[in-house]
Amino acid sequence: MAYLSGTNLVAAYDQSVPILNNCTIEAEKGEVAVIVGPNGAGKSTAMKVLLGMLKPSAGSVTLEGKDISRLSVQKRIRLGLAFVPQTDNVFPTMTVQENLEMGAFLRTDDISQTLAEVYDLFPILNDRRNQLVGQLSGGQRQQAAFGRAMMTQPTIMLLDEPTAGVAPNVVDEIFDNILNLKNSGRAVLMVEQNARQALEIADKGFVLVSGRNEHTGTGKELLANPEVRRSFLGG
Amino acid sequence: MTDILNAIVLLLNFVFLPGLSYGSQLALGALAVTLVYAILRFANFAQGDTMALSTVMTILLTWLLQHFGITLGFMPTALLALPLAIIGCLIYIMLVDTFVYRYYRRQKSKPITIVMASVGVMFVTGGIVRFVLGPDHHIFADGERFIITAREFKAMTGLAEGLAIKTSQFLTITIAILLVGFVFYFLQRTKTGKAMRAYADNEDLALLSGIEPHNIVRVTWILVAILTTIAGVLYGLDKGFMATSYHQLLLPTFAAVIVGGIGSPPGAIIGGFVISFSELILTYAYKKFFIYLLPEILQPDSLLQFLGTEYKFAVSFVILVIVLLLRPTGIFKGKVI
Amino acid sequence: MSRYTIRVGVTFGTMLLLLLTVGFGQSWSVCLSILNLCLISAIMAMGVNIQWGYAGLFNVGIMGFTALGGLSVVLISKDSVQEAVNAGGMKMLMALIIFSLSIVLSHYFYKRFKSKWMVSATLLAGYIITRYFYLDAAQSIEAINPAFSGYLGGLGLPVLLSWITGGLFAAAAAWLIGKISLGLRTDYLAIATLGISEIIIAIIKNEDWLSRGVKNITAIPRPVPYEIDLQQVDWFKEMVATVYAGRLDLLPVSEQASALTAYASDASIVLVKLCYSGLFIAVLLLIIFLASLALDSPWGRMIRAIRDNEIAASAMGKNVTKRHLQIFVIGSAIAGVSGAMLVTYNGQFTPGSYIPLRYTFLIWVMVIVGGSGNNLGSVVGGFLIWFLWIEAEPFGFWLADVSTSFLDKENSIRQHLLNNAQYIRLIFMGAVLLVVMRFSPDGILPETNKKL
Repeated sequence: MAYLSGTNLVAAYDQSVPILNNCTIEAEKGEVAVIVGPNGAGKSTAMKVLLGMLKPSAGSVTLEGKDISRLSVQKRIRLGLAFVPQTDNVFPTMTVQENLEMGAFLRTDDISQTLAEVYDLFPILNDRRNQLVGQLSGGQRQQAAFGRAMMTQPTIMLLDEPTAGVAPNVVDEIFDNILNLKNSGRAVLMVEQNARQALEIADKGFVLVSGRNEHTGTGKELLANPEVRRSFLGG
Repeated sequence: MTDILNAIVLLLNFVFLPGLSYGSQLALGALAVTLVYAILRFANFAQGDTMALSTVMTILLTWLLQHFGITLGFMPTALLALPLAIIGCLIYIMLVDTFVYRYYRRQKSKPITIVMASVGVMFVTGGIVRFVLGPDHHIFADGERFIITAREFKAMTGLAEGLAIKTSQFLTITIAILLVGFVFYFLQRTKTGKAMRAYADNEDLALLSGIEPHNIVRVTWILVAILTTIAGVLYGLDKGFMATSYHQLLLPTFAAVIVGGIGSPPGAIIGGFVISFSELILTYAYKKFFIYLLPEILQPDSLLQFLGTEYKFAVSFVILVIVLLLRPTGIFKGKVI
Repeated sequence: MSRYTIRVGVTFGTMLLLLLTVGFGQSWSVCLSILNLCLISAIMAMGVNIQWGYAGLFNVGIMGFTALGGLSVVLISKDSVQEAVNAGGMKMLMALIIFSLSIVLSHYFYKRFKSKWMVSATLLAGYIITRYFYLDAAQSIEAINPAFSGYLGGLGLPVLLSWITGGLFAAAAAWLIGKISLGLRTDYLAIATLGISEIIIAIIKNEDWLSRGVKNITAIPRPVPYEIDLQQVDWFKEMVATVYAGRLDLLPVSEQASALTAYASDASIVLVKLCYSGLFIAVLLLIIFLASLALDSPWGRMIRAIRDNEIAASAMGKNVTKRHLQIFVIGSAIAGVSGAMLVTYNGQFTPGSYIPLRYTFLIWVMVIVGGSGNNLGSVVGGFLIWFLWIEAEPFGFWLADVSTSFLDKENSIRQHLLNNAQYIRLIFMGAVLLVVMRFSPDGILPETNKKL
């Protein structure tokens, strides 16, 4: 069984039509898992269910084999999940250092070790540690967002469209950072619009259509699959 | 030369010192309003009347202390009553929060709905204040009125104009500096203070970081109770207590908040002083000042006043309008939407 | 019949019943006084309802707009004080002209040169010169017979005209405030209206040359006959004699004449109040008619679309700020009209009586209790809350009296509480607002066309 898995998930907002119909998502430590699919396929919804921001009406979420379906967001964060939202993912009027401290809000132990790790991973943040995050560039801000999420010492990072709305040259930088996260032994699960580039670095890919698993496989397999290419990668 | 000194002392005595103490009082109130704006996201119309209520509590406690013969020597007895009044104010605010604001917070109501609820709270609070102490003017400052009287100053310097330093002015400025220092230290350096700023900045992300909104709201109200009570009592020691004048502090307080930038604590402090000095500079009659400075033939025969004192809150309003027209975000870019 | 229709019927039936109870129980004169003030309150509430219910605009300065309406009554209907006009009229006009000139000039400079310094300098110079003329003029005017006039007076035109100008005055003030604060944060408008209303009240209280300040203006001309005149005319006397014929016949002939005079005096009071009721009902119906016409027009649908989803509406190219400005001006104008009506009805203008509790807050309670977004709701709210308001004062005294009845009559606490019992109304009304907002946010008559 995978490290984090959401199995046969069904979920809906309010009482309307379900967004997720029996969909399964899995992520393994030291791997990058990517959810791709057209708009409205339920990509972000799947992420919300895994995090506990939305209660599924059926299916279960497990972490290391333990059922965490009934836990609140805060409890899941304590267990090692971390989330970087697509937008508004930093505290703009606080410094880089303060953003990281807020990421570690729940921790009562010494955080200096983790701070050092984050600064190691993102050296630019170290240089800008006393600057307000609101004054940083888009890429640097994204790094601060990653850094904040890492402060809980998560074992798995959930990223919601990390490259949406950033300049193309920054996209590469962000993908490098994601690989760094993976290489540090964490599990990474992300939703991505930029399907081709995401699948290139993905160890596992989930193609969702109308809340169902349309295709599942390694990134390479999906890139090679003619149907996936035709429908989602523009040939 | 002495004429110039006299003119300067005149302005110090009638514009600078009063401006400094009134500005401090406004700044404390504005700080409370801006914290509520930043954390609870609504304009608290009940601020002025809550200030009045906490001052009423202080006055009653002061009378009780005086009744038992307990005073504070040359300092006002009200200072002894202050801590209890803060607790009383906090209890009142927490009750209001529990029965009024919490519901709208959970409903995620539009800010304007909460503003309207705060107007309801304003009237209830104002009613309690007037019911207890009536509409009259009460002076509750005891102890020495002055640290330096005008006469002492004249004797010391040999000038024709005196510079009187009232105990209340001295207390206001000292306490305001200490309190503002404390609030800023709290917000900048402590974990809870930083969590408050984080919550103000980005509520959802604060939740994702494990920050508990209940705690943030509670701490905010504690700060508000401290600021409100101290601002109210200092204002009352300085100018006496009257329910209406507290109610009317609302406009200059809001103006201070908006001038400084909504939700910005340093902005609230600067805003408070901008308002207080503008008010005093524009409503002071400069006749005497120019008599000292100008040769006899040029001396004015009118009062040389920009605006009658009865329009002093028009000053707040005009400043408000100018800020809204030219820089709606205020000095320290606050939240506009 | 829909449940809503039944609800309307029951509510208005209850209102009628309450009025009849007062009429039969106390007197028809009291009943009509309550009715007339209820009608005025209903119109005020409707003005606010248009702002809040249609557009979600929070006006905390209703008091200022009603006071402007009241001031217009004085300026239109009172005769001018010739002596005062001669003494200071020209200078005051001068001050006004210079003031307007400096505004126009600074506006021109702003458009032409974009220089903030030039604008500020023009305004400052204009202000200083204006103030020079103004102080002189005010002094000369106020010196003329201060005990009786000491002000410029008005234009001596028919008083009904002032209801329209009252609306215009309020509309102008609202336009200014709206222009500045709409389109920014929603609470900026609330704060700005709070400010302007305080300033308007300060002006009418302090500018004696304009409004006699706290010395009040009495004997405002009426749009309806005077009781004393009615008692003299024959058709009225005959009418009273016919109506009361049954009772008069029971009396000995020697007492009939004096009884007739007494009846005539009572009847004249009632008739005058009825005349007012007629006028007020006409205005109320006109406004309800126009409002429902406007609400069902494409403009009204756009207004509601904006209220329900501002972002979507502005994305569809609707100019939200402009619509809000229109709504705000219209609502304030209605408040101004009602303010003029109130002063006309009272026959006097008393600047000291303008307190936020009575003229801002009470109106809000009416709107919320009646049902925001529903004009009939405002009428109901205006009616019921005014009724409660009248009854709450004795209730406060009763409460203070009963709760301290165990204390000695001379006891200072008891005395104190009885003295301050009037403020229980404030607490009570505030509590009503909070409770209704919380537990019955739709009010008595909910909005009928909530979703488009």
